Amino acid sequence: MAYILSNYGSLLLRAMGQTLLLALSGLFFASIIGLIFGLLAVVHNKACNVIETVFVDVIRGVPMIVLAYFVYFGIPYFLNNMMGQNVTLSALTAGTICLSLNCGAYMAEIIRAGIQSVDPGQMEAARSLGLPYGKAMRKVVMPQAIRTMIPTIINQFIITLKDTSILSVIGFPELVNSAKNVVANTFRSFQTWFIVAVMYLIIILALSKAAKVIERRLNRGRKAV
Amino acid sequence: MAEKQSEGNVKIHVSHLSKSFGKLEVLKDISVDVHEGEVVVVIGPSGSGKSTFLRCLNRLETATGGEITVDGENILDRRTDINHVRQNIGMVFQHFNLFPHMDVLKNLMMAPLELKKDDKERMEQTAMQMLKKVGMDEKAHAYPDQLSGGQQQRVAIARALCMHPDIMLFDEPTSALDPEMVGEVLEVMKELASEGMTMVVVTHEMGFAREVGDRLLFMDGGYIVEQGDPREVLSNPQEKRTKDFLSKVL
Repeated sequence: MAYILSNYGSLLLRAMGQTLLLALSGLFFASIIGLIFGLLAVVHNKACNVIETVFVDVIRGVPMIVLAYFVYFGIPYFLNNMMGQNVTLSALTAGTICLSLNCGAYMAEIIRAGIQSVDPGQMEAARSLGLPYGKAMRKVVMPQAIRTMIPTIINQFIITLKDTSILSVIGFPELVNSAKNVVANTFRSFQTWFIVAVMYLIIILALSKAAKVIERRLNRGRKAV
Repeated sequence: MAEKQSEGNVKIHVSHLSKSFGKLEVLKDISVDVHEGEVVVVIGPSGSGKSTFLRCLNRLETATGGEITVDGENILDRRTDINHVRQNIGMVFQHFNLFPHMDVLKNLMMAPLELKKDDKERMEQTAMQMLKKVGMDEKAHAYPDQLSGGQQQRVAIARALCMHPDIMLFDEPTSALDPEMVGEVLEVMKELASEGMTMVVVTHEMGFAREVGDRLLFMDGGYIVEQGDPREVLSNPQEKRTKDFLSKVL
């Protein structure tokens, strides 16, 4: 254990940084995608609703490892050989695209469900005061929806963070990919994988703790006497 | 309708209004005028379409046919700025629909602030004034879930009043209340009526209808079956369906 830590510790730490970088950029775009598609699902417009359903069904219906191969290898192949373009995708870009599409689809469903869990009377009350739809959504419905969505969103963030490991298959130097190299060099698989497991555990425990704090803070405002 | 000319201008004009939800025809052919300062009380069995009728008046439900004009504006016209029209029509719901994440004062001030009706200080004065009017000024910083049903409904009325509407719609405002709280809400509504507010009230409170209403509409099956002076209709109904209904509720 000490051998691995002293010789490969900094490499694994750097890999952990890459994992976090990938996860954060993925989550950032996933939140935007989730918000856009979540709203598409709740507006009173059939076409918008259908777009959301199709997006979610397609992304949820494809395993992320397949999505990763498709984005990283398939799409450049298509562009280069069939469209005559010269395109290369970095592993980070491809990984971010995969994570944001995958996590974005689940986020869209979480946001849709969160908004729909708010009593329709709230929207009606806001609209009857003369507020336009967007303002009513932002000021009245969303703040209530977010309160119920937070635990599920954090859960999805944790899943996505762990899913970054899948992107080791396209050669992104995140934690799992780097650990594989360490094992290949040292044959010390027990020690290496144990350290990697602990590293994931620490990040995720920190994230869970942060989530609890946010949740408590959100609930504090309301029932304060 | 002709006998109500003395009430002044027509505030709400409804002619041949119909409304269907899919195949279900809830409103069949409704024509009625509401004049300035008039209190119109709508009664009828459940499923008769009275709530739907009320919700059509501020386009919470979009009518399928007919014509509705409020203050001369055709609200079924897609070019009409419905948000602007709604600012002049206050609405009070059966389940209050206060915003649970805001305290009472914020509930009152949110819409006027967002719509920039006035500067913040003056709006706060107005809000406190409205709270005083409904007897809730001491609870300005309480949250809705700390209030009783009757208190919540009085706040909801104050919230609507903060937009300075000249029409108020009430959708069964006392139906979700414990009996001992009905009085305090009706009291506020009575005061509003005496100040000359134009009101359309869907209710089961026959006492209120008799005492405060200028006109009573009895609805059944998507039609206005009978209408007239509340005391007259309640004590001497002409139509058989009105008689049947009143014999069950009185």
